[in-house]
Amino acid sequence: MNIEHITKKLSESHGWQAKYREIMLLGKQLPALPDALKVDSALVSGCDSKVWLYLDLDENAQQLVLIADSDTRIVKGLLAIIIAAYASKTPEQASQFNAYELFESLGLIAHLSPSRGNGIRAIVEQIQAKAELLK
Amino acid sequence: MTDIQSLRNDFPILNKQLDGQPLCYLDSAATAQKPNKVIDVIKTFYQDENSNVHRGLHTLSENATVRYESARETIASFLNVETREIVWTSGATESLNLLAYGLSACFNSDSVIAISPFEHHANIVPWQEACQRTGATLLVLPMLDGVLDEQGAIALLKQHKPDVLAMGHVSNALGNIHPIESLISVCKAIGTITVIDGAQSLLHLRPDLKALDCDFYVFSAHKALGPTGVGGLYGKYQQLNALPVYKTGGEMIREVSFERSSYREAPGKFEPGTPNISGVIGFAAAIDYINEIDPSALQRYEQTLYHALLEKLKQIEGITVYGDTQNNVGVVSFNYKSEHHYDLATLLNTYGVAVRSGHHCTQPLMKMLKVNGTVRASLAFYNNQDDIEHFINALNATIELLD
Ligand SMILES: Cc1ncc(COP(=O)(O)O)c(C=O)c1O
Repeated sequence: MNIEHITKKLSESHGWQAKYREIMLLGKQLPALPDALKVDSALVSGCDSKVWLYLDLDENAQQLVLIADSDTRIVKGLLAIIIAAYASKTPEQASQFNAYELFESLGLIAHLSPSRGNGIRAIVEQIQAKAELLK
Repeated sequence: MTDIQSLRNDFPILNKQLDGQPLCYLDSAATAQKPNKVIDVIKTFYQDENSNVHRGLHTLSENATVRYESARETIASFLNVETREIVWTSGATESLNLLAYGLSACFNSDSVIAISPFEHHANIVPWQEACQRTGATLLVLPMLDGVLDEQGAIALLKQHKPDVLAMGHVSNALGNIHPIESLISVCKAIGTITVIDGAQSLLHLRPDLKALDCDFYVFSAHKALGPTGVGGLYGKYQQLNALPVYKTGGEMIREVSFERSSYREAPGKFEPGTPNISGVIGFAAAIDYINEIDPSALQRYEQTLYHALLEKLKQIEGITVYGDTQNNVGVVSFNYKSEHHYDLATLLNTYGVAVRSGHHCTQPLMKMLKVNGTVRASLAFYNNQDDIEHFINALNATIELLD
C-alpha cells in the first residue's frame, strides 16, 4: 500500500462513517501478526487497545521495516496508514517526518489527541525514537 | 406529580448538536449531566457570593459559611442521617481512601477485608494498599453469571468474619443493584464493619442509610447531577469520630503549637484546607432538584426505558448482555459477536451516541466475565425513547459497517 493511494482514498470518503469504513478496509489488508509475535514486550504502552509494533532496519536498502497489529479494526487501519507513511524511509527521513501533518491532512487529527486513548501518538513517538537510534 | 419527561428540558447540554447531530447521551454512569438549577447556583456563587468559609466575620463569609453548612444538612436529610455524620471530600475515591487509611489503623496480619467482585478500582486499590501495609488479607465474594452469589457471599462472610466488608450498592460496570440489605444484616451479626460505595446509587435510588444501617457510605456529587470534584462520606458518628485523620492542615485544628496540635471533632477534623465551597453548594442544589422528583415515578420511568432498551438490544443477533437484568438501575453492558468494544464505541460516536467502552475501572470483574471490556450504555431519567431509538439505529448502522 502506498501512502498516495491511501491519501486519495480517504480524501474521497466524506463523513466519518465513510472514512472509518476506508480505514477498516486498510486494516484488513494489513497482514495479521503471527500469534507468536503478539507478546507483551512488543506492546506499545499508552494505547487503549492492544498494539504490537516491530521496527527494524533493512541494512542493504537502509530503509525502515515496520510490522504491527492491533486487536481493534480501527486502530489496525490507522497502523496501516502509519506503516505506509514510514516504510521505505531511511531513519534520517523518518525522524524528520511529521506524522501529525499527515493525519491533519487526512482529516484524522482527532485521533492524535492523547485523550482519544487509541495511542496513535504513542505509536508515532515510539517509531520516531527508534528511528533516532537507528540513524 | 412531576412529569418526568419534561425534566429533560432542564438539562441544556441535551439540546446540543455534535457534528450536526443531536447528542444521545448514554454515559450517565460516568458522570450525570447538570440541570440549570445546579449550573445557576454555581455561577451565582462566583458572581455574587464568593467568599471563604469559617473564617471571616464579614457578611459574605458569614453567608458562604451558612450556605456551606446548610448543604451538609441537605445531604444528611436526603440520606436520613445526622448532619454531623457527613464529611465533605473530593468524591467517592477520596472517601474510600480516607476509610481504608483510617480503618486500617486497627488491621493486623489476621485481619480480613471482604470486597465484591464488582468493585470499581477505587474500592479495591485503597484496601489492597492497606493489606500491604498491615498484612491483612483481601477476600473476594463469589459471583454467578454476572450476578453476586448472595447465598455464597453470606456463607463466606459467616465463615471468615471479616473486619470490613467494602462493596458497592450498585455496580458501575453492569448496573446491578446488590442485595446489600441482607449482607449488612449478616455483617451486623458477625461484627463486620460495613463500607458501602454509593457512587452509582444517588441518581437512581433514594438510599435511607438509617434503614440500611451500614457503618459508612461514600458518594460523588457528579454522578448525582452535581459538580465534579466534590462528594462525601457518611459514618455513624462514634465510628467516624474515632477514625484517625489522613489529611491535615488548617481549618481542621482546634489548637496548634510547635510541639503538638489538637483536632476538631468530626466532621471538621477530616476537612483541612479551604473546601470546594461552590462544589458543595452546587451539590446541595442537585439534591434539592432530585428531592423534587417523586422517587417511585422516577424509578418506574427509568425501568421502562431500561427494559425497552434491553428488549431492542436483545433482538439484535450476536449481542451479549452482561449482569443482572432483574435488579438494575438502567445500565446495559454488552458486546457484539467478537467485535472489539473500542470499534463499536468509536463508530457509535460518529452518530452522536456517547457510550463508554472498556473495562470501566473494573478490570478484575472483566476478567471474571472473560471479556477484555464491554460497551456500556447507561441511562438516567433525562433520557427518553428517542434516545433509545437513536442508539439502536446507530448500533444497527455500526454493525452493518462492521459485518
Ligand atoms: C462504583 C464507583 N465507585 C467509585 C467511583 C469513583 O468516583 P469518583 O471518580 O467520583 O471519585 C466511581 C466512578 O466511576 C464508581 O462508579
